[in-house]
Amino acid sequence: MLENILYGASGVENGLIRGIVGVIATLLFVSLNVLFLIWLERKIIARIHVRYGPNRAGRYGMLQPIADMIKLLTKESIVPKDADKITYNTAPWVAFLFALLPAAAIGIATGLISTNISVGLLYIVAVSSLSTIAVIMAGWGSNNKYSLLGAMRTAAQSLSYEMPLVLSMIGIVAIVGSLNTQNIVAAQSHAWLGIIPKWFIFYQPLAFVVFFSAVVAEMGRIPFDLQESESELVAGFHTEYGGMKFAMFMFAEYTHLVVGSALVVTLFFGGWYLPVVSGIFANMGYINYIVQIAIFVAKMYVIIFILIWIRGTLTRTRINKMLSFGWKTLLPLALINIVITGVILSL
Amino acid sequence: MGLAEDFIPIVIFIIVGLMFPMVMVFVSSLIGRQKKPEPDKYLTYECGVIPTGSAWMQHNVEYYMYALLFVVFDVETVFLYPWAVVFKKIGIFATIDVIIFICVLAFGLVYAWKKGVLEWMNGGASWR
Repeated sequence: MLENILYGASGVENGLIRGIVGVIATLLFVSLNVLFLIWLERKIIARIHVRYGPNRAGRYGMLQPIADMIKLLTKESIVPKDADKITYNTAPWVAFLFALLPAAAIGIATGLISTNISVGLLYIVAVSSLSTIAVIMAGWGSNNKYSLLGAMRTAAQSLSYEMPLVLSMIGIVAIVGSLNTQNIVAAQSHAWLGIIPKWFIFYQPLAFVVFFSAVVAEMGRIPFDLQESESELVAGFHTEYGGMKFAMFMFAEYTHLVVGSALVVTLFFGGWYLPVVSGIFANMGYINYIVQIAIFVAKMYVIIFILIWIRGTLTRTRINKMLSFGWKTLLPLALINIVITGVILSL
Repeated sequence: MGLAEDFIPIVIFIIVGLMFPMVMVFVSSLIGRQKKPEPDKYLTYECGVIPTGSAWMQHNVEYYMYALLFVVFDVETVFLYPWAVVFKKIGIFATIDVIIFICVLAFGLVYAWKKGVLEWMNGGASWR
C-alpha cells in the first residue's frame, strides 16, 4: 500500500493525478509542520527566556496549537467599517496562495515532488516574492496607520533582500548547470573518502551566508521583523485581522518558515542525502524513501531550530540600518561570489 | 512529461490554494459566534482611542529610490540565470563576458552609493 503510494507519486506521468496527490501531500506536510512548529517555537523561545512556555494542554503543552486553532475557528469575524472591503478580505487568500505555491517545486525525496519543472528555482523565487502583494493589500485595505507603515516597510524589505537572495543562488546554478531542485540535490549526493559530504555549503560558503541572511529577511523574522514589530506597530500589517483571516496570515508565515528552511536544505545541505546512511538504504525500495524523507525533515528542523535560536537571541534592527546591510554588504558580497565562482569554474 | 504537463500541478496548486482559505473562512463563519453588533467594535484600532483621520493620506515613500534601483538590478539578474545554466557548455569566453557585465552592474551600484541613493531618505540626518 505504502509502496504503491510512494512509487505512484514518484513515477506518475499524468500531470493531473500528480498535481492532486502533490497538493494533498504538500498541504498535509505543511500543516502538520506548522502545527508542530507553533508549539516548538513557543517552547524553545520560552526556554531561552527561562520560562516554561505552553504546558497546560496535553503533554508538554503539545496540544496548544490545536486549541488555538479551534479558538480561532470559533471567533467572530469583524471587518472594520473604514476598511476597503474587497482588498481587506482577499489579502489573507493571496498570502496563503503565494505561501503554498513555492512548495510545489521542492521535493522531499528522490522523485517525491509535486511537479518536476526544469525552471524550479526560478519558479520558487518568482512566486515567493509575490507574497509581498498580500502584505501591501492587507496594509492598505485595513485603513490603519500601523498596518500601512508595516506594509510599507515590508515592501522596502523584500525589494532590498530579493537581489542578494537571487544573486547568491547563481553560483550553485553554475556548478550544477540546472535550475531543477532534483538535479541540485543529486549533484550533492557524493562524498569525499565516503564520509565528508559534497554539500554546496563547502563549495559556496559566501553564498550561504548571503542566502541565509536574505532568507531570514524575506521571511520577516527577527532580527529583520520590522514588518510586524510588536513594540512599535502593534502587529504590523495584520493589526486589523482576527479569527480565521488572522489564522491564514499566521499559516502563511509559518509556511514561509517551512519552505524557506526546506530551500536552504535543498541548496546547501544536500537535501535528502547523508554520506553513510544513504548508501546503506539505497536499494531497499520504499524504506529508502522513508529514510530520505526522515533525513530531509531532520535537516530542516536543524535549520528551523537555528532560526528560532536567532529569534530568541538577537534584537530587532532599525529599518535604515537593515536596508543598508542589504544593499551595501550582502549585494556586493553576492556579486563577488558570482565572479569568484565563474573564475574558479572556468580554470 | 511534456512542458505543458509539468505545469498542470501548479494550476491545481493555485486552485486549491484559493479554495482552502475560502472553505476555512466559510466554516469559521458557520461556527463562529456573531454577537450583537456594537458600533465601537468596527472602529479602526488606534491604541484604544478614536482614530484621527484616515490612513489613506499622502505618505512619504522613503525608499522609492531603492525601488527604482531594484528594477534595474532585477532585470539584469534575469540575464545572469541563463548564463549560469549553460555556463559549463560555453566556458571561459562566457565568464569574461559575465565579469564585464557584473563590472557594469557594480559600477552602477557604486555610482548610486556615491550619489546617496542608498540612504534612507528621512528628510534629516538625525538618524545617523
